[in-house]
Amino acid sequence: MYFVQILVNGILLGSVYALLGVGMTMIFGIVKLTNLAHGEFVVLGAYLSTVLAPMLGVDPVVTLIITVPLMFLSGFLLQYFFIGKAMKKGAEPALLVTFGLSIILQDAMLMIFSADAQHIVASYSMSTIKIGELEISVLHLVLFAISVVSISTLTLFLRSTHTGRAIRATADDSDAAALSGVNVNRVYAIAMGIAMASAAVAGLCVGMKWTYYPSSGGGYLLISFVVVVIGGMGSVPGTMIAGVLFGLAQVIGGANYGLLISYVMLLAVLVIKPKGIFGK
Amino acid sequence: MSEALLDIENLSAGYGDFSAVNEVNMKVEKGQIISLIGLNGSGKTTLINTVAGLHRSSSGRVRFKDSDITNLSAEKIVSKGLSLVPQGGRCFNRMSVQDNLLMGSFPKAARKKSKETLCRVYELFPDLKEMRKRPAGTLSGGQRQMAAIGRALMACPDCLIFDEISLGLSPAVIKDIYRRIIKINQEENTSVILIEQDTQRALKASDSFYIMLKGKIVLSGKSSEIDSETLRKAYFGI
Repeated sequence: MYFVQILVNGILLGSVYALLGVGMTMIFGIVKLTNLAHGEFVVLGAYLSTVLAPMLGVDPVVTLIITVPLMFLSGFLLQYFFIGKAMKKGAEPALLVTFGLSIILQDAMLMIFSADAQHIVASYSMSTIKIGELEISVLHLVLFAISVVSISTLTLFLRSTHTGRAIRATADDSDAAALSGVNVNRVYAIAMGIAMASAAVAGLCVGMKWTYYPSSGGGYLLISFVVVVIGGMGSVPGTMIAGVLFGLAQVIGGANYGLLISYVMLLAVLVIKPKGIFGK
Repeated sequence: MSEALLDIENLSAGYGDFSAVNEVNMKVEKGQIISLIGLNGSGKTTLINTVAGLHRSSSGRVRFKDSDITNLSAEKIVSKGLSLVPQGGRCFNRMSVQDNLLMGSFPKAARKKSKETLCRVYELFPDLKEMRKRPAGTLSGGQRQMAAIGRALMACPDCLIFDEISLGLSPAVIKDIYRRIIKINQEENTSVILIEQDTQRALKASDSFYIMLKGKIVLSGKSSEIDSETLRKAYFGI
């Protein structure tokens, strides 16, 4: 039973890690850019929900109605007017823009929200439910549901809409996509918008699960990297599997060995299948 | 003389200081098949990529259907009715054949008619219909070229440009593809530009020809009127 409990906890928690990786993998796979500001996007999402929930007097999850569109729009504009322009000069300038952005965001959040630890509290944060002998945290279930709904919506969007198809085509061959009538810069902007929107969701989840600071972004960036590399860059299903593996490693290894196990796993994947489990 | 569908005037383009295309003039009438032939590195692909919006010109003008399309972006040019089948086809390998074709009808005007156009493309290439669910990356070279042609047709173009469509394909497959290109030209009255190194085949299929050497057009005329000696001299620059 103990084993099942670990498995369930690992999967539930893993969905949050998958969510952290999704935005990163979109940018890797579509825009072909390493977004060093992804961790700060997540923290920004967490702060937005932390501020909005008590202000509006609603459950933290409801704040997504505001944070997701807001972050999508910010990502779209950011890519279209800043990062996209830098990309024309090459990959390195664009990488530096995202690095600069991460510093600016971190310092801005430090100024606005102070260095104090923050945590998003919901009425069910401490409750658990019992299923047979299993004891499951309601919070974990909520996070899992949010993650599954977000990632499935994204997958469905990519598979079955005109824009989704254009995004996949651009990821495959951007010149051929342009020759088919796709405005590639606009697709990149949409991809960054989706990445930031996913960071808003991930931010809510990590903010509800753990305490965070303005400087927490680096840690989340690292987790996103590990998840994306294990899963295979640009692969959404790969990111989900890798997220769950990462979650299991955290639950099995606990606070002492969780990260160690994840990095050993990362090394193993890099040696055996350098492009990641679902890499092409 | 009627106004040309595609009119390239003194077009130049290059890479940094290197000029790959030098003051090229070219005209394509409605319904005509043109062949653009020349050695490797003579600037054919750069010329056509510049026309299609993948590369910026340094000077000159491109007019298509009476509007100036010089240095417009590729997606705007394709929505005006000029489609390029790039070298090697460049299918979206991870997407299914049908998704590849549907991508071709991404421009708004083409999207409205995409169902009928798709039927038409499947009629022209029945093989593609059978393989519509397979990822394009699993197709053979010839099948990939057909998928790429189908994708270009999905945009309902007035002018189709094929960049070395026969590259790396077997003679039987090339013959088959040429037969279908001519069918498209006759049935849809689509103008065609064939970029080729295989001069005999291109000349046989086309109404007129342009020979390119070191970035310049060195000879042009009616395909039926050229003798092999003049052709060889122009082609190799001797």
